Amino acid sequence: MSIDLGSRPRLAPGCRMEEKTHEPRTLLMPERALRLNGPSLEIVERCDGQHTVQQIITELQQRYSKAEPAKVQEDILGYLALLEKERALDFEPRNT
Amino acid sequence: MNEPRSNPLALIAELTHRCPLHCVYCSNPLELEARTTELSTEEWSRVFQEAAALGVLQADFTGGEPLTRPDILDLIRAARAARLYVNLITSGLPLDESRLEALVQAGLDHFQLSFQGAREEVANEISGTRAHAQKLRVLEWLKRHRIAVTLNFVMHRRNIEQLPEMLSLAESSSASRVEFANVQYYGWAFANRDALLPTREQLTHSIDFLKKAQERLAGKIKVEYIVPDYYARFPKPCMGGWARKLMLITPSGEALPCHAAKVIPGLAFENVKNRHLSEIWEVSDAFERFRGESWMQEPCKTCDRRALDFGGCRCQAFLLAADATATDPVCSLAPQRPKVDAILLTINSRVAQASASALTTTISGDATEPRRTDSSAGASVAAPTESKPAWRYRPNPS
Ligand code: SF4
Ligand code: SF4
Repeated sequence: MSIDLGSRPRLAPGCRMEEKTHEPRTLLMPERALRLNGPSLEIVERCDGQHTVQQIITELQQRYSKAEPAKVQEDILGYLALLEKERALDFEPRNT
Repeated sequence: MNEPRSNPLALIAELTHRCPLHCVYCSNPLELEARTTELSTEEWSRVFQEAAALGVLQADFTGGEPLTRPDILDLIRAARAARLYVNLITSGLPLDESRLEALVQAGLDHFQLSFQGAREEVANEISGTRAHAQKLRVLEWLKRHRIAVTLNFVMHRRNIEQLPEMLSLAESSSASRVEFANVQYYGWAFANRDALLPTREQLTHSIDFLKKAQERLAGKIKVEYIVPDYYARFPKPCMGGWARKLMLITPSGEALPCHAAKVIPGLAFENVKNRHLSEIWEVSDAFERFRGESWMQEPCKTCDRRALDFGGCRCQAFLLAADATATDPVCSLAPQRPKVDAILLTINSRVAQASASALTTTISGDATEPRRTDSSAGASVAAPTESKPAWRYRPNPS
């Protein structure tokens, strides 16, 4: 289950953000709810089927420019893998 | 009670006790509520608003069969308008393709289709209805919609050996989750328990099989498994702890801390017709009685695990030990555990005897059904060859 940096993650069917705008926001999914704030929210907000995994990483590396870029990348991939295991994400294949 | 009171996260809405099926393990109470006592669309809508205000995130529409409510679409819209996530737990029976489309349009988030097995004959025996073929049709329709799908297989001694077939069914569907939930022994399942409890051997095989399935399907299908707690060393944290996370509303509006709470004598229940949900959550006798730890006896009272499992299930304590404040008798530390061991011993030896005598008839040659052998995961479990039990079927309320 390694994540393709060129794929575009989006929320799987039945997974959606709770309809309110103040933090912590909640990702609702079958039989579960995840509270999101800070970086976890910034990752999930970009899982829109438009951003590639690489783009998410680059954007957040810029946003967290004080942090070690390799560490930011590692955290993002770890979080995406967790969401994938929860079946909260579908990955649109890279454009060929 | 030293911890601050939490708010409920899920509302289990038993919309009706009516159901076209008659499952021998139905979790509904033996006393079913009549149609005439059911809450109206408006009353449910108010309950959803109150629940959301109390912090509830999800509504589980269940029953009975929730699709027997003619106002099901309005109820889904009302729950969505209250900003709840809507799960539907259904047999798939009163459904055709256009009604499914309408459910999705109304905002249903998650469709849970319950199965009585993977083989038509046993599945229909268990539900007392010819329901299986319709479920397979529903699975096909679901493929055309963007909606979360879970298949719920209810497991017991008569179908546990069909596990590989059940898993294949899930893999060929659009489900992102599959739940293999062993029957829990309350309600009708308690009445039929001795014919439903799997053997220890069946259980061990099934756990091995499912562990492998979980690994293989990671990222594709989330495989969940619930073992029968009679075989466990420690009880489950039933409902996430009494009155900590969940609230159940019966068809007539009674607020319960769990499905089976009404078996416990002397608990007073409040009705949503008379009181605001938040008040019920906070002060209702039924919710307060076993909240926190002050009601506990030894060994729970001083046990390290009490914050993990909350002493197990109160209803099971009552059903098996005749004392709702006792340690759940399935716990290996419980003074009443020998009762559970005795039940398991009886069943395991009875099934062993039945298979031994069945072997002699098979040799004499009247095996009509080809015996399935599974080469893949070593998970094939010889079905204990018993004759059809004298089931107590769940009837329909008036
Ligand atoms: S009879 Fe079966 S389908 Fe109907 S509510 Fe009970 S368990 Fe569910
Ligand atoms: S003694 Fe009570 S608290 Fe301890 S494990 Fe058993 S049920 Fe849980």
